Amino acid sequence: MLHNKTYETNAPQTEPDRDHPPAPHSPNGDQPRSQEAVIQIEHLCKRFGSNIVLDDFSLSVGKEENVVILGKSGVGKSVLIKCIIGLLRPDSGTILVFGKNIPDLNHDELDRIRAKVGFLFQSNALYDSMTVRANLEFPLRRHWIEMSQQEMDSLVMEVLDNVGLAQTVDMMPEELSGGMRKRIALARTLILKPEIILYDEPTTGLDPVTGREISALIVEIQRKYHSASIIISHDMHCVQRTSDRVAVLIDGKCYAEGTYETLKSSPDLRIKQFFE
Amino acid sequence: MNQQTIQLRRFLGETGELARFTARYFVQGGRPRFELRELIRQCYVIGVNSFPLVGLTGFIMGLVLTMQLRPSLVQYGVESQLPVMVGIAIVREIGPVITALIFAGKIASSMGAELGSMKVTEQIDAMEVSGTNPFKYLVVTRVTAATLMLPILVILGDAISLFGAFIGVNIRSTTSWDLFFRQIVDNFSFGDVVPAFIKTFFFGFAVGVIGSYKGYNSSKGTEGVGRAANSAVVMASILIFILDLIVVQITDLLGLN
Repeated sequence: MLHNKTYETNAPQTEPDRDHPPAPHSPNGDQPRSQEAVIQIEHLCKRFGSNIVLDDFSLSVGKEENVVILGKSGVGKSVLIKCIIGLLRPDSGTILVFGKNIPDLNHDELDRIRAKVGFLFQSNALYDSMTVRANLEFPLRRHWIEMSQQEMDSLVMEVLDNVGLAQTVDMMPEELSGGMRKRIALARTLILKPEIILYDEPTTGLDPVTGREISALIVEIQRKYHSASIIISHDMHCVQRTSDRVAVLIDGKCYAEGTYETLKSSPDLRIKQFFE
Repeated sequence: MNQQTIQLRRFLGETGELARFTARYFVQGGRPRFELRELIRQCYVIGVNSFPLVGLTGFIMGLVLTMQLRPSLVQYGVESQLPVMVGIAIVREIGPVITALIFAGKIASSMGAELGSMKVTEQIDAMEVSGTNPFKYLVVTRVTAATLMLPILVILGDAISLFGAFIGVNIRSTTSWDLFFRQIVDNFSFGDVVPAFIKTFFFGFAVGVIGSYKGYNSSKGTEGVGRAANSAVVMASILIFILDLIVVQITDLLGLN
């Protein structure tokens, strides 16, 4: 069995290696990405009772890099990003985000990190009782960001423009379609201009056309905000469109990683099954 | 392990969890940051939304109670004591308990369903990611608002109930509001009013804690949300009666009955 099989050396390095430059595959632009690691996960383990979900999982994500975590349903992809954002506490291992180990942080330190990390929930998690405007203002108000109402209004309109939904500002979430809700959730994630964005199955539950639009939006956002991303997905179009690098999560481990093309041509059946 | 033992263990486990949840309310509620804005909003939502129902049931209760009591009092020739009897019954027992039960039906179920669906749709996680302590923002504010609002609703409900009783008295005889009101107030003692008022804080607290606990700990899925709302009402209603029993015992021991 293969473990942490690297099909293409695309792992982040602190010093750029001129002899071995990063992989040319970069769907979001032609420029190679900076390889300074913003997320460094090592030997991560997480279990729920007797069910081992993550077992010695290691991965690093470079600055401005889009890494897709590919895996079957229920293998622990969402658990992984919830550990990264501090919603779940791992049993062991380290999760360095901007050099800080998430499990060691107190509440205030965690909030400071969270202000720099956006999280797009699978269910969008828009607050039902609030308008779109209030949903977008919520993170700004809660992170004590000093801003006048006028500045806040213009920021709200800016992120809504970025997702193409400026006209929905005073609507309630229930009045929006599934794709619109996803875009609003993305706008709420963007409002703090995060340096890292974690996407939990961003295209699940959407029709193929809307799914493609969201994938394109993820790429556009990465280009505009220069953010690093971890994208949890098993939608192969989304994986192909958004990934700089793909990590395959099998048996709680980072089973293999590489670009979309290299993994697609892998002879390993456990990897191949995702691309068929 | 037989079925009874399993049920007993489950009951004790749930009681322990509820105790921990209540302790967490006091620990987190006492620490800054205080969510005053959300607390005021919750007071408004809980208080204002419950008032029409409390008012309507209070009015009907006062009217019906008066009409039901009259024949018995007429039989014993003490019809003139009707306002006093109805007044004491409403203020001491029926007003607080019925209002608390109506409040439990409306508020505990809505808290259970609202927090349960927020959990299911990851809104609670989203709050945490947005730099908010969800327990403080959602639970502490709701429990505090319920604790503060129920006594106010009971006062208003009692007043409307007494007005219903006044109408009830005037269906078969004629009494002025002034006389009716003075008859009631002159016969009230400290033990009639204060313990009845104090217990409403406990009732409100119980409704808030149970509603929040059930919603906050609901299992995933729509069935879990429905179960949370339903069990919140049942548990809060039972707890109101248990608290009422305890308060009666205490006031009896203190010689206030």
